[in-house]
Amino acid sequence: MSQADIVKPAIAAARKPEGPWRRFFVDFFASKLAVVGLILLTVTVVAAVFAPWIAPQNPFDIGNLDIMDSKLPPGSESGDGTMRYLLGTDGQARDLFSAILYGLRTSLMVAGISVFFAFAIGATVGLIAAYFGGKLDALLMRIVDIQLSFPAILVALMLLAILGKGVDKVIIALIVVQWAYFARAARGAALVERNKEYVEAARCMSLSWWRVLWRHLLPNCMPPLIVIATIDLAHAIALEATLSFLGVGVPVTEPSLGMLISNGFEFLLSGRYWISFFPGIALAIAIIGINLVGDHLRDVLNPRNAN
Amino acid sequence: MRATPARIAEYRSARRARLLSTRVNAVLATIIRRLLQTVVVMLVMSALVFVGIYLVGDPISMLASPEATEAQRDAIRASLGLDLPLWRQYLVFMGQAVQGDFGNSFLTGEPAMRLILQRAPATLELAITAMLLSVLIGVPLGIRAGLKPQAVSSRAIMTGSVLGFSLPNFWVGLMLIMVFAVTLGWVPASGRGQTVAIGSLNLSIFTVSGWLSLALPAITIAMAKCATIIRVTRAATRESLPMDYIKFARAKGLSERRVLGVHLLKNILIPIVTVAGLEFGQVVAFAVVTETVFSWPGMGKLLIDSIINLDRPVVVAYLLLIVFFLVMLNLVVDIIYTVLDPRVRLEGRR
Repeated sequence: MSQADIVKPAIAAARKPEGPWRRFFVDFFASKLAVVGLILLTVTVVAAVFAPWIAPQNPFDIGNLDIMDSKLPPGSESGDGTMRYLLGTDGQARDLFSAILYGLRTSLMVAGISVFFAFAIGATVGLIAAYFGGKLDALLMRIVDIQLSFPAILVALMLLAILGKGVDKVIIALIVVQWAYFARAARGAALVERNKEYVEAARCMSLSWWRVLWRHLLPNCMPPLIVIATIDLAHAIALEATLSFLGVGVPVTEPSLGMLISNGFEFLLSGRYWISFFPGIALAIAIIGINLVGDHLRDVLNPRNAN
Repeated sequence: MRATPARIAEYRSARRARLLSTRVNAVLATIIRRLLQTVVVMLVMSALVFVGIYLVGDPISMLASPEATEAQRDAIRASLGLDLPLWRQYLVFMGQAVQGDFGNSFLTGEPAMRLILQRAPATLELAITAMLLSVLIGVPLGIRAGLKPQAVSSRAIMTGSVLGFSLPNFWVGLMLIMVFAVTLGWVPASGRGQTVAIGSLNLSIFTVSGWLSLALPAITIAMAKCATIIRVTRAATRESLPMDYIKFARAKGLSERRVLGVHLLKNILIPIVTVAGLEFGQVVAFAVVTETVFSWPGMGKLLIDSIINLDRPVVVAYLLLIVFFLVMLNLVVDIIYTVLDPRVRLEGRR
């Protein structure tokens, strides 16, 4: 073995990228599956955000729709020959491809907003419970325990039965369903961090408790919360689709993917599969993409796996 | 005193009896404490549901004809007790509820609880079949994935379980209908098929058409639940494999079948039973979705119809019943868990 063979790996090891961000990206892109997930996720987000510019038709502008074109199979041309329906049309003659892009927008928006607020509320509750401990902790975690012992779909249904239909109501229901996961995870992480020196140091400087929580404890509790937020985003998309499918979710004027699938249900039995099939595929791509990313984030962000 | 086999046996049985009696006491204490907790949870939940549902909207607008005069509306309101203050309404409701009277459905006029209980066999039949199916498929696949985590087949199993986990279940159901009911025409797309009355229960599992109708909804639920069972089994298998008792069983020269089927299975059964029990509650609650997809006439379909029709008594009765069922199920699972795993000490738990 020549000297170069021994030195090379040593140099490579010494050149191992430093800095937490750099290491994070290198670790993340090491998994092909995660990269695939990230691509799927990016495609869905871009498609949703730029839907009005990508979509060949505005599916909610009644003036655009020609009822003669309803329920056309994928690839057929419109009656006036001006456009081709890539994925077919639904019962109201909407171009399915355009409807899916707009539906994706609603689905992602509802899921994103609800996860954001669930994160904020849950993390606050969890940190407060861990920081102050004692009776407050016991009470808060009891509430979390009880809520988590009921299936998410049931809690959401119960709330929507009370609140009624609407995008804002679905978002509220999803926040209520999800905050408890964040609270539990934040408390778990904060219990470990609470006794570390830096927290003690911050306390010694007689900083106010919310400053210790917000500026010192929270940033160090972020990794597990980020993982939960990713997985929960997929969960929220699926739950919103389910609620809309059941007819208690978003209103007809703002159809999400679940609503499109539900609309296609009645045509499925007569063999017009595409009206339910393609929105479902879009849903699956979004959910699988997020799950692949989240699954790998869990490995990358887990401090036990760091070498 | 010489340790004759008879003496050893006697000693052992006495020790076992002593241990058993302390365990029985601990379990009893837990059951009593948990039952008290259940009462508290039920009271809180009933108040929340009652206040929530009864504050929103006006049921009179649905009950009275649009041409009814204000006096007629007031009469209906008074006859239903809706003119009382909210807390009085709640007390009246609870007073009747503890006697098993949850009010009558606004739509059919039948007692709400009877409506729900009539639908219960259909839901339970579906949930039990689906759960058995997912355990029967999930456990062998999970053991396989746990034994050789790096093998291609194991990775395929785990990837499949991610799909089963994350794909929205109702859409999976729709796709199964598309393939097996519409395209291939093997099974019906909806309904329960022919049922057989056993006493007051109508069951599908005794007729061929019943089984054919049950197949798709049960498989749909099983696809999601199977994924959970696979993950739990795999984790438990990987944890148990390096243990001494497995090495010892192998060293004894037992066949692989016996090592896995008896020694391993017995020990990984504890988490599996726990998870399967808790998942059963999820399945019964989630039946709302599956039953809507397959028009399965169970409790869940009734709930959705009642929510959409603003049939409050049925919604309240269903929610209280399912909350009670879930709390009880949690308790039973906890007890089974302790009975199966003597290392768990109930006193230490909250």
